[in-house]
Amino acid sequence: MAPWDPKRSPAESARSARGATSCPSSGLLARFRRVRRWMLFALPPLAFLAPMDAPAEYADVVINNNSEREGVRPVIYPHWFHRIRFRCKVCHSELGFEMKAGGNNITMLGLMDGKHCGMCHNGDVAWSLENCNRCHSGLPGLKTGIRGGHQSTGPGEY
Amino acid sequence: MKRCKRSTPGWAPWGAAALLWAAALSPVVPGAAEDYRSWQALSEDRLHDPANPNLHELQQPAEALSALPQDAVGNKVRWVQALREGLIQPRTNILPETKIQILDLDLIYGKTGDRGYVRFPHRAHSEWLDCANCHEKIFKQKFGATQFNMNDILQGKFCGKCHGAVAFPLTECDRCHSVKQEEFNGSLGPQKVAR
Repeated sequence: MAPWDPKRSPAESARSARGATSCPSSGLLARFRRVRRWMLFALPPLAFLAPMDAPAEYADVVINNNSEREGVRPVIYPHWFHRIRFRCKVCHSELGFEMKAGGNNITMLGLMDGKHCGMCHNGDVAWSLENCNRCHSGLPGLKTGIRGGHQSTGPGEY
Repeated sequence: MKRCKRSTPGWAPWGAAALLWAAALSPVVPGAAEDYRSWQALSEDRLHDPANPNLHELQQPAEALSALPQDAVGNKVRWVQALREGLIQPRTNILPETKIQILDLDLIYGKTGDRGYVRFPHRAHSEWLDCANCHEKIFKQKFGATQFNMNDILQGKFCGKCHGAVAFPLTECDRCHSVKQEEFNGSLGPQKVAR
């Protein structure tokens, strides 16, 4: 019977035209179609995993302008920790920190003179400079910059 | 090319898939009553060196942040809300002579394309920042004197200097583009705060 046989319903002719009656269920394409429906089940567990994979905490700053060259670990500055205790203006206005990771010329000598971190980390406002490893706590090889963490890796400029 | 005749579709697998998806996405649904937030431990954040003998002296983010109001992005904390509710009391100054200024003035920015107009609340910003952090270096004090667009912001200029780095990220369109164009019939620019 030809597919255009007027005695058959249009749906029937269409099925026959597609060759549906003789179905080889092997072949790569057919196998892919069978696998494809299982992907629906495989994806949701991946969505569970995705948010757990966020590296760093939002707005953590790596400062490695001089540290590793001088033989200590890079500095990790946690914004989240400090903003619970101080408003932005304390560091970015009173202390004069530029709002750019690596944009401040921070040296240990400067800190001892009370510049930058040394304004608070002097044993008076906050713990003093002899706790090297609390700041110099980063993994070797980290590059200076702001880290995004959850949902953003920060704008291109940083 | 030969195609296979489909076996009877059956709704059961689709229903099961939909349930799975719903379960997977439920943590990101806003307003969910339960707290699904989690923070990376310092030793596993791919930033801190686990070999550092003094690492345990540092506070874990989860310890400090889990007590603060929920957000879905950034540090997963609503910082402005935390400050207003007195859950945190960050110091405003170290030097006694520093003048603390808080400005209660909203700005409405137009020319936002299809998006809502932008309401900029000076109050929320000046509670954290000093006037000099933005004026006159980034933004001129006169409204409209500084030209900028979303592209600049995404590049990390203007608002993008903080938003996307320390303040809530640029994926949160509606938090800034919060004024519906068709419902707004005032004039753009500085105005009294709507409460």
